[in-house]
Amino acid sequence: MTRIVGIDLGTTNSLIAFMKEGRPHVVPDGNGRTMVPSVVALTDNGLIVGDSAKEHLTRNPERTVYSVKRFMGKGLADVQNELAYFPYALTETGGVIRIRLGEKSYSPPQISAMVLKELKRRAEAYLGESLSKAVITVPAYFNDSQRQATKDAGLIAGLEVLRIINEPTAASLAYGLQEKTQGTIAVYDFGGGTFDISILKLKDGIFEVLATNGDTHLGGDDLDRVLVDRFVEEIRERHKIDLSRFPDHMQAVRLESERAKIRLSDDLKTTITIELPDDKGHFTRELTREQLESLAMPVIERTLAPCRMALKDAGLTSQDIDEVVLVGGSTRMPLVRRRVEALFGKAPHCHLNPDEVVALGAAVQADILSGGTTDMLLLDVTPLSLGIETMGGVMSSLIRRNTTIPASAKELFTTYVDGQTGVDIHILQGERELVKDNRSLARFRLKVPPLPAGVPRIEVNFLIDANGILNVTATDMRTGQSQSIEVKPSYGLSDAEVERMIEDSFKFAADDVNARKLIEARLDAEALLRTTEKSLTDAGHLVAADEAEGIRNALSQLATAKDSTVPLTIRARMAELEQAAKHLNVVMLDDSLKKNLQGKKASQIT
Amino acid sequence: MDHYTPESPQPRGLQMARSMCWHCQSAVTGEYFCERCVKVQPVSKETDHFTCLGFPRRLTLDPKKLEAKFYELSRTFHPDFYQTKSPAEQTISLGNAAVLNTAYRTLRDPIQRAEYLLALETGSVKDIRTSPPAELFEEILELQDTLEEFRSSDRDSQEGRELRAVLETEQRGLEQRRQEMEAQLHQLFTDWDQLQDRGEATSPAREERDRLLKHMRDLLSNRTYVTSIVNDLAATIA
Repeated sequence: MTRIVGIDLGTTNSLIAFMKEGRPHVVPDGNGRTMVPSVVALTDNGLIVGDSAKEHLTRNPERTVYSVKRFMGKGLADVQNELAYFPYALTETGGVIRIRLGEKSYSPPQISAMVLKELKRRAEAYLGESLSKAVITVPAYFNDSQRQATKDAGLIAGLEVLRIINEPTAASLAYGLQEKTQGTIAVYDFGGGTFDISILKLKDGIFEVLATNGDTHLGGDDLDRVLVDRFVEEIRERHKIDLSRFPDHMQAVRLESERAKIRLSDDLKTTITIELPDDKGHFTRELTREQLESLAMPVIERTLAPCRMALKDAGLTSQDIDEVVLVGGSTRMPLVRRRVEALFGKAPHCHLNPDEVVALGAAVQADILSGGTTDMLLLDVTPLSLGIETMGGVMSSLIRRNTTIPASAKELFTTYVDGQTGVDIHILQGERELVKDNRSLARFRLKVPPLPAGVPRIEVNFLIDANGILNVTATDMRTGQSQSIEVKPSYGLSDAEVERMIEDSFKFAADDVNARKLIEARLDAEALLRTTEKSLTDAGHLVAADEAEGIRNALSQLATAKDSTVPLTIRARMAELEQAAKHLNVVMLDDSLKKNLQGKKASQIT
Repeated sequence: MDHYTPESPQPRGLQMARSMCWHCQSAVTGEYFCERCVKVQPVSKETDHFTCLGFPRRLTLDPKKLEAKFYELSRTFHPDFYQTKSPAEQTISLGNAAVLNTAYRTLRDPIQRAEYLLALETGSVKDIRTSPPAELFEEILELQDTLEEFRSSDRDSQEGRELRAVLETEQRGLEQRRQEMEAQLHQLFTDWDQLQDRGEATSPAREERDRLLKHMRDLLSNRTYVTSIVNDLAATIA
């Protein structure tokens, strides 16, 4: 049986987990760290991901991508008001945002795929086997386009995405496995970029989601921003510097704000130090937890309306909730815990690591899919109503929000004009009355045989699968023939585009391997140059002049070859140098042995 | 409210989409899995929700039993348990799970359940009208006028406050009316179930059946109408 891994593809950090002996485990790196920063940087040596990429945020802000999850399944117009916060260049092609990195542009799924590949590589090294199947988590409030974009990212990374599951429900699986609870729970998931609330009923191993709500543009990033805005304003007043003109300093402020926010979860006050541009010194200020909380309050208040909405949709009041589970790094803030406690009237459960619980739950779901766990079953819901455009620009709802998935609805279409050969169908997602206020998902043209008006009867079946992703099929009711439909996504990559990105990704994979080999060869060459030069200086007098000359020759040859882009060339010159210096090394060894032995009695030599 | 409790396990009587197993071509007789090759069978999209969940066409169902059956069938059909099976079986499980979810969603709410039964027994549920019920006609017209006045008035003025008070009284009155209707409906549900349980095929029984269905239909449409007015009222004065 091939192993299926669980992946939490987060806004700020990502994790990968697997199941072993009935328990989920997160894969650590060599230093025991489980989180891979969701950051990709373009450096002179190529694309790098994770901790090393994070170092480039301030060094190389225009070429370092972070928080790309905010752009999944989005067009440029959707993120217009936050463009100023991102130092990298964003454009749009075919309804999909593109991120400019050096000479090339990448879609958000491609950038996410790089993070996924890093996780995959790490898990493969740790488990000692190759991986090809995964469960990936998304915010519960992600719409169809955002889910599809996540699935595309998996494909591009060479992973078969067996299931897209919602982060709060994944967390509930990990929680349920550990705590064996029955009853009604609320999962409050406040992460780096998104907020979700899910209300679930846990009974006899069934995890039934009753309602979910959220905001896919609300998270720790927004808390950092209120701090950044405040500090930039203060620097403008105190030092007359407009920091927003310096992308590297803006990144430094952002990172310092994030760190200060994190420190203030434990401490009552902290000191902020920000280096100013053009050697103008430093901006320093004390920040108290109280000050942070008064700045953060409006952001945290925005999480409460979705909570009330979810309770209402579930037909419950806060008294009906038996336990509140906290998920996501932002729930470490004492203010968040106090507000949640006030809303639900009980202290939240925080025994699980809020950073890891989603990945652990994804691994549990992966185990269910592979047949390992059979006593647990997750019944999730679709977060948003699905409908089609009708006359007058009004949305007609087909599947209501919070309907258990898989869910299907069918609609019968006919013609209004004799001989009409097509019906245009526009699919929407959202809760508003008018088409323009909802999210356009896709359009397609239904093919109709040319017949008198009203005679054709085409039944269209809308099916939301267990991933929360829409599938559309059509059947001609007169002939019983099914019809294939080409759905054009409004905010997504076409199948052909994904296909090409997968190919590119394999091509780059070869490039990546080459780049890694080159870096290693250069490092080895440098080390060899250094030691041989030192040997020559220390012991050159011990060998013949022409031999020393030969070594010098090989040294300069390798020094030149080091700049080659072909690792084999470098390795070949290294072999030559090693050969030329072989005798020197032997002589040096003898010499040092002799020196060691001098002054010692024969009896001491054993 | 009394709940219908089946005396003995109900025969499944499921309507399957095909009479032969799609895989081994042997006859299937309303079971979820083929007796010979144990492959999952597609449930017909025409199966009614009561049959799907293994309950008789009754209006007072025990929510706990309904839920237990839903969970049991979810464990049978959910796509999570078919991930390692063939693509054909995965497609069938997806379709069956969608049919099951629709059935449970409809039957777990007493009002939706009654509307659905009405549609099954008498034809399209769309016959439920959305015009005001006759006995409420005058009252509703007057209420619409008051609502209009309130919308165009200054909320903080003396007139605005008086209008709000009138509307709040109206809202309470209508909510009370809705509760009365629901109580009447529940009585009708019990009457319906008793009639069905007797299983008489006499002409008075048929007349009683038609009378109950008509009464239910009127109450359901009046209730829908009153509910939308109440929601409208609540949204306006909030």
